[in-house]
Amino acid sequence: MTGRFRRLDETDRAPVRLTVDGSDITALTGDTLMVAMLANGHALRSAEFGPERRAGFCLMGACQDCWVRDADGNAFRACSTEVAEGLAISTQPLTADWAVAP
Amino acid sequence: MNGQVVIVGAGPAGVRAAEALVKAGVLPVVIDEGRRSGGQIYRRQPDHFKRSYDTLYGSEAHRAAAVHRAFDALLPHIDYRPETLVWNVAEGHVWATRAGETEAIPYDRLIVCSGATDRLAPVPGWQLAGCYSLGGSQVALKAQACSIGGAVVFMGTGPLLYLVASQYVKAGANVVAVLDTSPFAGRVKALPKLAEQPDLLWQGMKLTLALKRAGVTVLSGMTPAEITGDPETGVSGVTIRTASGTLRHFECDAVAMGWHLRPETQIADLARASFAFDKATRQWLPEIDGDGRAHVPGLYLAGDGAKVLGARSAEVTGELAALAALADMGVAVDKDRCRHLRAERVRYVRFAQGLAEAFPWPHQFVADTADSTVVCRCEGVTAATLRASVSEAYATETNRAKAFSRVGMGRCQGRYCGNASAEIVAALRGEPVECAGRLRGQAPVKPIPVGTARTDV
Ligand SMILES: Cc1cc2nc3c(=O)[nH]c(=O)nc-3n(C[C@H](O)[C@H](O)[C@H](O)COP(=O)(O)OP(=O)(O)OC[C@H]3O[C@@H](n4cnc5c(N)ncnc54)[C@H](O)[C@@H]3O)c2cc1C
Ligand code: FES
Repeated sequence: MTGRFRRLDETDRAPVRLTVDGSDITALTGDTLMVAMLANGHALRSAEFGPERRAGFCLMGACQDCWVRDADGNAFRACSTEVAEGLAISTQPLTADWAVAP
Repeated sequence: MNGQVVIVGAGPAGVRAAEALVKAGVLPVVIDEGRRSGGQIYRRQPDHFKRSYDTLYGSEAHRAAAVHRAFDALLPHIDYRPETLVWNVAEGHVWATRAGETEAIPYDRLIVCSGATDRLAPVPGWQLAGCYSLGGSQVALKAQACSIGGAVVFMGTGPLLYLVASQYVKAGANVVAVLDTSPFAGRVKALPKLAEQPDLLWQGMKLTLALKRAGVTVLSGMTPAEITGDPETGVSGVTIRTASGTLRHFECDAVAMGWHLRPETQIADLARASFAFDKATRQWLPEIDGDGRAHVPGLYLAGDGAKVLGARSAEVTGELAALAALADMGVAVDKDRCRHLRAERVRYVRFAQGLAEAFPWPHQFVADTADSTVVCRCEGVTAATLRASVSEAYATETNRAKAFSRVGMGRCQGRYCGNASAEIVAALRGEPVECAGRLRGQAPVKPIPVGTARTDV
């Protein structure tokens, strides 16, 4: 499946496997979680205050638009977290508690 | 004589500051949120990536390599804390957090080299998935070898707009258009000041030519009308009004937008620097002397975090700030070197004035933001709600407007709505933008986990 992001170079890295909403995806070693998810899909999460899906904005840790969670409720800033084998990410709506426990 | 010096930021400014201190025998703590040193422009790619310096940094490859080498050589002498966020400054300590653990690090002198982020103007639809900040689109390419989409429109103004668009073309991405709000005539008028850095001026002209030759539509003096798309699938296109007044639509699945940069001043603010309004950029900037001293003793500011003057200048102001700190500690410094650096800085200031004239912030466009447009991306707050805080709740400046409307209170803490909010509030009150004040920096400067444990007690 084509995702939102397009890889232009550096594609000969070792594969890393993770799941997003229960589906298996393959990323590359050294990918950020954001690139792993958006090379395979179109969004990271749903907006809490609007109808739209969100896919991050600044890629430099400034906007906080890219927080995602794993199955255990751990939160990750997807643009500044390196992908790891076996992660299980959920893009389903979060409660608006980012300020309390991101 | 000695005392602890803490440097925040390991971009070109922070690196050159650290180098000057180490040379004088003063060993600083250097804290940076990034995994690897280098800052924004000289951002290093992760391990496992193999692109060359030339591919990554183009004409600035030798400068990038020099800054990286300089920092690597300092590592045995400094206390370097990567992946560490400074989230507060209080009572002579910086509060830094790494991997869930927080520490209060004492300092006698603090050199803040915190860099800049993109300045954004709200455009209808910019909350859709597929809209990215211009700098973000460059990070995708530099740090991850990705394009933000299959068909990308670049929109905004400033030299970075053309630079990133041509980096995308060179890397093989599909660039649909480069749409600039600045009129072409302004660039011609600013030429004498831009000639202060002839190679950068020449580079800029070459980039525009190369884009046109690659078949990319390049338009100046346009006005954004709408980013079209669907809440579920994201961006589908960009509609603009051309300089001659006709509507044009460009189909795309990604938009990179930015109107030059804004300094990251929260740390300086928490360290109690004073601020003054800068008419040229319509921004509030921390007040420093020609060497980077803030009005608070022991506080120094350098690089784009003090005033956006670019990467070359960041190396100059970083070194200057460190020399100022050393002089204030009673260490003898090379006066000729200081004079040379000050003269360099003056040239960069003139060049930056030229850029501000050539690529102005479109404040009238921002002041005219339609009521239905989202101003705060974080919480989906519209211009209508922001205006109601002025007209119904009598907010007179942006901090009050923030309390009533929540514009500036969301997760980005005003980084991406603060400039626009001030323009909208001031215009509605019929006052100059400086009367709307500035959003005050607040701790934590970025969200930190609550469970964070202290390790210094
Ligand atoms: C995304 C982006 C892309 C750019 N690309 C170009 C380009 O291609 N060409 C060009 O000429 N100019 C570019 N610029 C401008 C260029 O970045 C600057 O001129 C130059 O990098 C400034 O150097 P600096 O040392 O002042 O700041 P930076 O290089 O931005 O370094 C600041 C450092 O401080 C760290 N930091 C900030 N706050 C904290 C904190 N609270 N805690 C811990 N660490 C912190 C950051 O992680 C960063 O590493 C870009 C700017 C941005 C924002
Ligand atoms: S995309 Fe902005 S913080 Fe991750």
